[in-house]
Amino acid sequence: MAVRIDRDKCMYCGACTSVCPFLALELRETYVHVHEDKCKECGICVKACPVGAISLPRGDTQ
Amino acid sequence: MKYDREWDVIVVGAGPAGIKAGEELAKRGLKTLVIDRKQEIGAPKRCGEGLSMRWIKISGLEPEPIWARQYINGAILISPKGKKIVIDTDKLGKGSGYIIERKMFEKFLAANAIRAGAKFMLKANVYDLVMEDDYVKGVRVNYMGDDLELRAKIVVAADGVDSRIGRMAGLNTTLPLTEMDSGFQYEMAGVELLDPNKMELYFGNEVAPRGYVWVFPKGKDVANVGIGINGANEKTARYYLDKWIEENWDRFKNASVIEINAGGIPVTKPVDEFVGNGIMLTGDAARMVNPIHGGGMGTALEAAGMLADVAKEAIASGDVSKEKLKKFQDMWMEKHGEEFAKILKVRHFFERLNDEQLEAIADMALKGGLTPDVLVDLGHGKGLVEVAKALLKASPAAAKLVWEFIKG
Repeated sequence: MAVRIDRDKCMYCGACTSVCPFLALELRETYVHVHEDKCKECGICVKACPVGAISLPRGDTQ
Repeated sequence: MKYDREWDVIVVGAGPAGIKAGEELAKRGLKTLVIDRKQEIGAPKRCGEGLSMRWIKISGLEPEPIWARQYINGAILISPKGKKIVIDTDKLGKGSGYIIERKMFEKFLAANAIRAGAKFMLKANVYDLVMEDDYVKGVRVNYMGDDLELRAKIVVAADGVDSRIGRMAGLNTTLPLTEMDSGFQYEMAGVELLDPNKMELYFGNEVAPRGYVWVFPKGKDVANVGIGINGANEKTARYYLDKWIEENWDRFKNASVIEINAGGIPVTKPVDEFVGNGIMLTGDAARMVNPIHGGGMGTALEAAGMLADVAKEAIASGDVSKEKLKKFQDMWMEKHGEEFAKILKVRHFFERLNDEQLEAIADMALKGGLTPDVLVDLGHGKGLVEVAKALLKASPAAAKLVWEFIKG
């Protein structure tokens, strides 16, 4: 499992990729790619996102 | 387009830091390639687009009409209760500048770099580094669908706040959440501006927790309307900006959005290590960002000359080891290390102020207890003692905070 990114909301700005401790998020030209094998679902990116586009699979933010 | 596979230097990231580095490297006779993941230089911007004359001059530039959109001769600071402190930087003789058109600025810089001999490759995503004997020896990129291996004596990571390149090389560039501001911005037309030549900055813990709302004019009724808040905040930057615009609807009732921007802003000290074997970090990737306002273009542009001097010397000597390249970090820290540490202290001080204390500072400024000169100098890490003294006088309750600051 890994974080989910709502592509309709995502601005592909890189705030989430900057704070991810596990290199699990990668900014591509028009989206953020989630490396699901690396994501630990820590939720740091959820808070960092300026537009609330990221959620944890269980639906909470901690 | 055909591209050579062997280069002296490959710069990853064509923002101000990378483009200017490309120009300076090429000027020193190094065969330089600047690559970027995006298909267009300069867009989408993640920036409020303010650039002071000081940095324009340091970068060896003159304000050109093609990118210097609006002359800025000061700022209006607005307290939580709406008190306005007007700073006229023309009168002060420092702090004036421009709101630029970032996209045109970067294309302008890139044209200069190309004239100096640098080459550019766009829509090229670096997915891996070429590593040999613990040295970075190049990059593996996907260029418009094709995987290529490009080799270089030095790789420069100018890939912004979300730098992956440094981390791929084993440098710790992960930004702690509490040291990043989450930014969101609308570029709008039809805005009623307080003064089309002044930046507006709004403070308050309800307005922008640990940050501020900005209105940066790009014309008589066009502006970047943005916000930066503590990255660890429970609510989003967008939430706070939308709320603020609604609360100030009179000024925006005839306005609409022509661009939406977002981004993370590093508001902390520079990274511990700017360099590794065969790799150098610059610009936002090295967090060369003024931590009081999050501006990073000026320092990024300035760093290019230092970076190119060190790279040239290292390549000429055949030694591109971390020890050799560290001179770049030493030069930069010599120039800005102390200043930026002081600026960070100013930031940490202001972050701890509640609205009542911010209001007290505004009152002091309006009564002449704090001069515009001191307020401008805060951005350079100076004058904090004066602010602390003024605050102490105005709000005895803040004595503890002031004491902690002086102690720290």
